[in-house]
Amino acid sequence: MSTPVEYLKVSGLHAFYGESHVLHGMNLVVNRGECVSLLGRNGAGRTTTLRAILGLTGRRTGSIMVNGEEVIAMATHRIARLGIGYCPEERGIYSSLSCEENLLLPPQVGSVGMSLDEIYQMFPNLAERRHSQGTRLSGGEQQMLAMARVLRTGAQLLLLDEISEGLAPVIVQRLAQIIHQLKEKGFTILLVEQNFRFAAPLADRMYVVEHGQVAAEIQQHELEQKREFLQEFLGV
Amino acid sequence: MEIFGIPLQAFMSQLMLGLVNGCFYAVLSLGLAVIFGMLNIINFAHGAMYMAGAFFAWMGLTYWGIGYWWSLLLVPLAVGLVGVIIERTMLQWLYQLDHLYGLLLTFGLALMIEGAFRYFYGASGLPYSIPEELGGAINLGFMFLPKYRAWVVAVSLVVCLATWFVIEKTRLGAYLRAATENPRLTQAFGINVPLMVMLTYGFGVALAGLAGVLAAPAYAVSPLMGSNLIIVVFAVVVIGGMGSIMGSIITGLSLGVIEGLTKVFYAEASSTVVFVIMVIVLMIRPAGLFGKEK
Repeated sequence: MSTPVEYLKVSGLHAFYGESHVLHGMNLVVNRGECVSLLGRNGAGRTTTLRAILGLTGRRTGSIMVNGEEVIAMATHRIARLGIGYCPEERGIYSSLSCEENLLLPPQVGSVGMSLDEIYQMFPNLAERRHSQGTRLSGGEQQMLAMARVLRTGAQLLLLDEISEGLAPVIVQRLAQIIHQLKEKGFTILLVEQNFRFAAPLADRMYVVEHGQVAAEIQQHELEQKREFLQEFLGV
Repeated sequence: MEIFGIPLQAFMSQLMLGLVNGCFYAVLSLGLAVIFGMLNIINFAHGAMYMAGAFFAWMGLTYWGIGYWWSLLLVPLAVGLVGVIIERTMLQWLYQLDHLYGLLLTFGLALMIEGAFRYFYGASGLPYSIPEELGGAINLGFMFLPKYRAWVVAVSLVVCLATWFVIEKTRLGAYLRAATENPRLTQAFGINVPLMVMLTYGFGVALAGLAGVLAAPAYAVSPLMGSNLIIVVFAVVVIGGMGSIMGSIITGLSLGVIEGLTKVFYAEASSTVVFVIMVIVLMIRPAGLFGKEK
């Protein structure tokens, strides 16, 4: 087995929204090709962690290394250009752009982006709706579009925030298949999920987040023995 | 031949004059719409930038012998550069605040710029001659069309349509629309939004500078020319819908023509007709004719 290579390393990260101190010394590591999930209750700081990695929060202190490069003081657009694809919780589909314009919007940030044909093969619904206004798509289609948008850019590190939220079970299953395919292709994924049943089979490791810091780290093979602990934390 | 009791010649002349005014309204309101759409700033300094454009053209000719054609190119660049400096040094600190702060700052700037030109050049207008190539008029049979007015209409239409095309139909325009809708997320996709904002403001005021150069031979170059026009232009933007590109172009041209025709039929109402229309539109469609309800 090859030695894991750290692709994302967050150390002692504090983040603020105005006067509000949200992250209190977050520490986590995501290795290249790994799928890591952040679990926790609402308001624990999972979404803020993703936003802080991209510089979308207010003041941040600590260290964030992306592929060996320190990004804590970097402008958001420069961080993204290091090869990060972000799928926000609210999906971030632009109403002023068509489905295809939404898809083509983010510039290439890596060399192995999927072509439009490949995207439409993976998400056939998007091909049919390519000329529709972005926000006229159904919730599931918007989520597919948000995912497809980052895959086209060639980003190697995907930050996916609550991608299964509010979707029909059949769409959630389809998303799980897509995450499996992405893992097989070697993408590095940091997945924020409320839906434990969706995240658990996909993640190689999980961090349980509480009060803006990591409360526990659980490996995939430890899931069974730590079920009680997870129930207490997540109420699942 | 007469139309509604008005000689055709007089009717067409007023229509043409209205169209020329409409072109200035369209180019200026287009700049305002681009700036408001992207920066959320109600740019009260726009009239001052238009006036500065006309003055830069006059100064170029008077002090350095730079003719009209070179001014058409250089003055918008110079005014755009002034805009970029204003955006970097002042406006960028106001984006997260209420519209009122941007409005007050740009209003103050307009007063300062206008005051400075008034101090150095007085309040009376300075002449700027029409370039030789565009002097005279063309006989259309039913009216004489001054070549310079036709030129102003043609340039304004090309500039307005080109701007609309870039914003609505190109990749750069998609970036602009995305950054207008959700700047933080757009930046998270790797797009340099602060740079785009700066260039957009520069482009918006460069349009005002271009309108100033076009206006210099048509009207007297005066420190008050911007403040006289800007109130009407704001009415145009409100009627068209704040931030709507096509709205400002169509409304600018239409209101210029309506104003011109009002001069023919009921001259007393010509200076208020735009504001009457604005009140009616605001009562029926508060977001403007082409604006989107929020």
